[in-house]
Amino acid sequence: MKILVCITHVPDTTSKIQFTDNNTKFDTTGVQFIIGPYDDYALARAVELRDQTGGKLTVLNVGGAETEPTLRKALAIGADEAIRVNTDPKDSFYVAQQIAHYAKEGGYDLILMGRESIDFNGGMVHGMVGELLGMPSFSPVMKLDVEGTSVKMSREIEGGKENLEANLPLIAGCQEPIAEWKIPNMRGIMSARSKPMNVVEPVSDSTQAETKSFALPPAKGSVKLVDKDNVGELVQLLKNEAKVL
Amino acid sequence: MSILVYIEHSEGQVKKTSLEAVSFAKALAAQTGEGDVVAVALGAIDSDALAHAGTAGADKVLHVSDDRLSAGVIQAHASAVAEAFQNISAKTLVLAKSSLGDAVAARLAIKLNAGLVSNVVELPQTSGEYLVKRSIYTGKAFAETALTTENKILAIKKNAIDLKTDGGPASVEEFAVTIDESDFASKITATERATGEVLLPEADIVVSGGRGMKGPENWGMIEDMAKTLGAATGCSKPVSDIGWRPHHEHVGQTGVKVAPTLYIAIGISGAIQHLAGVNSSKCIVVINKDPEAPFFKAADYGIVGDAFDVVPKLTEALKAEL
Repeated sequence: MKILVCITHVPDTTSKIQFTDNNTKFDTTGVQFIIGPYDDYALARAVELRDQTGGKLTVLNVGGAETEPTLRKALAIGADEAIRVNTDPKDSFYVAQQIAHYAKEGGYDLILMGRESIDFNGGMVHGMVGELLGMPSFSPVMKLDVEGTSVKMSREIEGGKENLEANLPLIAGCQEPIAEWKIPNMRGIMSARSKPMNVVEPVSDSTQAETKSFALPPAKGSVKLVDKDNVGELVQLLKNEAKVL
Repeated sequence: MSILVYIEHSEGQVKKTSLEAVSFAKALAAQTGEGDVVAVALGAIDSDALAHAGTAGADKVLHVSDDRLSAGVIQAHASAVAEAFQNISAKTLVLAKSSLGDAVAARLAIKLNAGLVSNVVELPQTSGEYLVKRSIYTGKAFAETALTTENKILAIKKNAIDLKTDGGPASVEEFAVTIDESDFASKITATERATGEVLLPEADIVVSGGRGMKGPENWGMIEDMAKTLGAATGCSKPVSDIGWRPHHEHVGQTGVKVAPTLYIAIGISGAIQHLAGVNSSKCIVVINKDPEAPFFKAADYGIVGDAFDVVPKLTEALKAEL
């Protein structure tokens, strides 16, 4: 089976979010970049499936040269080769077109990615790629098993889940508990250095959205503490001051 | 010309988040002069329940009653909504962010060649450039995004607008679509959903517990408080990781992001990953025995005290008041 895992290169979940250039650029000062946590789940499941069924696992990122360490980490975790589409990810539609083009060229049976990137949280790329390629797409997928060409999944819905059956090829946006995150071992890190890193050029310029500026939420006022032996006061505050009851 | 709203329903009622999307579309139509608000609903549901969308601002509801659409088959839903969009010559589609809505909207963006913005938090600016404000970095920031396409899709976040309830009933029309059989190739074989409970992503009040609850056997007091308030229950990531609570209750960066009016956190220290899931709440109450718990910095109200002592007393006080 040929598996493609698309990853994002995003700020660590503990990063302090700040902007520069008059609130038009993300401030990368002191920020550590990681594989998107949801993409990490997709990658971990893909490694398991590759080990189970044989075949090849390719990892892809749309991003500049600065994102290569993130791709190398994916290789260290177990991907066989990497593709870097050498351009900045301008919007979801732009990224989806790049992925759809190289996914079609590679003829993959299964395309996995995270349910959403943790920077822009759009959660749209898997569905767009699905529609561009005429493949079914599913998200957020919490379980995915492959037997021959048949795939059994469960997808999270509000307050529960639904179980699905579909056939390859397909696309899934993944989340926990699809697999446990894998930490690269020394052998993985060493072998990642010699695995192929294919840098390819973007195929389209077309975008649908352009982000003009950023803003931070207003600072939170300080907490109002209520004595633990006077919980009735909290009820009154919630009712009369916050007006939320 | 009209604005189309894709509305979802569950247990025979239009979902409240979908009604919010209708109210959002109504206000948007008034601003842009896009005319009527037409909703589209898929699958089996009573006409009376659909007419109720009028209270939130829908002028008309197109009902595709084909029972095969009663389940959330993503591709088939996308095809049906696309046909409705073209049929009424809409330029704008509005929907509530949800598990199904997101999956359907992404495919529609391609089908309709529409610019799509998700996590929309307020009405867009539409004079001159079409600028949409959305939540990014899991609620830690906002972006102003310009849409450059003629067709547009806005997936709105909960509480992006006040729900209107003063409209009259909407007219409901049967709407037939032709959906390719291949759109039904994937099958939903089973659905497991907690019934009768308040669903976490849509709840107005959420009561969450963390590791400070010491074990799943102590969740009775969380559930009591939730029941008193008509709230949903949530939990922190460690709690769902160790299996004290089901995964769909995990609130946080990689779990459910909630946006309730009131969020009550009990025995949760307030790691940044948890805060990312709750920072859109209007009012946050923290109960923790550790006065240094970082959650207090993100809270509006707090009680420093032992949950096992404070929570039952607070529930009693709430019962007396409500």
